[in-house]
Amino acid sequence: MEFIRNYFEFWRDRYPSILEYAVQHLIMSALSLVIGILVTIPLAILLTRLKRNFLKSLVFNIANVFQTVPTIAMLALMIPILGIGMKPAVTAMFLYSLLPLLRNTYAGIQSIDSGIVDAAKGMGYNSFQSLIKVELPLAMPYIMSGIRVTSVYIISWVTMAAVIGAGGLGGLIISGIGFNDKNLIFTGTLLAIVLAVATDLLFARFEKSRNRTRRKTI
Amino acid sequence: MIELRKVNKVYEDGTHVLKDIDLLFESGKINVLIGPSGCGKTTTMRLLNRLTEHTGGEIFIDEKNIADFNPIELRRHMGYVIQSIGLFPHMTIYDNVATVPRLLKWDKSKIDKRVNELLELVNLNPEQYKKRYPSELSGGQQQRIGVARALAAEPATILMDEPFSALDPISRDQLQNELVRLQEDIQKTIIFVTHDMDEALKIADQIILMKDGRVVQKGTPREILTNPANDFVREFIGEERLKTAEPLPSLSNFIDPTIQAIHLSESKESVIKKLMEQQCFTYPLVDETNQFLGQLSLQKIMNESSVHLEDFVDPSVQALTTDQDIEDVLEYLEKHKHHSLPVVDNENMFVGMIDMKELFRSVRSVYGKRGGN
Repeated sequence: MEFIRNYFEFWRDRYPSILEYAVQHLIMSALSLVIGILVTIPLAILLTRLKRNFLKSLVFNIANVFQTVPTIAMLALMIPILGIGMKPAVTAMFLYSLLPLLRNTYAGIQSIDSGIVDAAKGMGYNSFQSLIKVELPLAMPYIMSGIRVTSVYIISWVTMAAVIGAGGLGGLIISGIGFNDKNLIFTGTLLAIVLAVATDLLFARFEKSRNRTRRKTI
Repeated sequence: MIELRKVNKVYEDGTHVLKDIDLLFESGKINVLIGPSGCGKTTTMRLLNRLTEHTGGEIFIDEKNIADFNPIELRRHMGYVIQSIGLFPHMTIYDNVATVPRLLKWDKSKIDKRVNELLELVNLNPEQYKKRYPSELSGGQQQRIGVARALAAEPATILMDEPFSALDPISRDQLQNELVRLQEDIQKTIIFVTHDMDEALKIADQIILMKDGRVVQKGTPREILTNPANDFVREFIGEERLKTAEPLPSLSNFIDPTIQAIHLSESKESVIKKLMEQQCFTYPLVDETNQFLGQLSLQKIMNESSVHLEDFVDPSVQALTTDQDIEDVLEYLEKHKHHSLPVVDNENMFVGMIDMKELFRSVRSVYGKRGGN
């Protein structure tokens, strides 16, 4: 009981700064996700239009390399290029998001039955109309699940960004280590988990509502 | 009318898939392209809406070279039906059917009207089906939508790429019948690709049989069945089907030459006597050179006072000629309920009367050969 009361007092005293860290965390995650989406979806579409397999595998390999660099190393490597703070952190997260977003979008468009694309073309859709009206809507479940998985990863990885002074919930944990304050460590961890789970649920709900309006589409 | 002149298709890797194709698809006819897989039938069809580009020769639609059209515009004015998967699964039936009218920027009210019209045309209740998704329909219903979608913008030409091959036999049969019935109303130029000979024989006005990128034979189903160009065609049609096409012997086999025509010079009394003896109501009349003059009618002989035999000829009775198609003769006999008819040769010389007994015996034996019993 004593512990719980102490913890409530901790929240009462600290909640403005805790919220600030949480908001920072969300902003960094959202920013890297949005940039990731803006870059990868057009890139993936372009890749599906390419005939040269060489270029495709080059792009995927590059994205793959970023994925394999350890988080702490990636953040450290950002310092000489972009200094410290939010900018290098978001850049690092963006690089991580490339592969899952790219792979899902590409796979989604590739998965469409060639007969459907052929029918679209045969009825006189131009390439852009076919993409917007037929291919992207049909690839949407794949694209959405890529976004959903990536967003959860990013929220978890952003915690590391505090190491290069970008703030976020990782900041709480690092101060907790510095002051040997269990409450700080626990709160940072808990909030990071809550954010990730909430985001996942939110996307799940969104997908479900889309499916309901379209009912059994395939 | 669509015309292909010396059309060739060579792929970049050098594969020569179509070799000097010369074809004519007449307006308002169902043209079936058929052949074993890889024969070039689908490629030939895809040349027409430029989903595949030809590399040699010329293609004309109503005398206009298709190379001069914008391919996207060309496709919007040509219906296109493929196997049932061609419907857009994420769109309602309404949206699927409205695809091309929307691309052509029709008014909403015009599209509404057209969609309802089309769904009724393919025997689906618009109110019931419009808002559904393709996956909620059976295969046969989906392909009806496919056909409706192709008809939406009233194209003069419809391309159909094995549209019914993925369906169960009952739906397939039903859709084939409906297509034939529909074609009577809509009179489109249909180019239909299939590998199913029964389907081709059933629906085609013209069958084009292809092999290794060449046209092996083209003609009406009857021409192909009764006169296969070579062993390949014979084999492709199959023994069973060839048997069903076993032709009836020609008309000259059913002529009874024992019946002597009445001569113009004979007297009225002798004619009456002859008719009574033979128990006939009518009898052929010829002049001295055996030219057929017409069929004498007993009724006329009794009621008219003339003494000239020509006056007793019944003008409604036409003589058959020896080179007439026997199937036409059967149809004629059936329609006019004649028991016997005179037959003349090309110079209008009397040859004899149709031997009905022999005719029926022959029909029966051919029926047996065609697979009946």
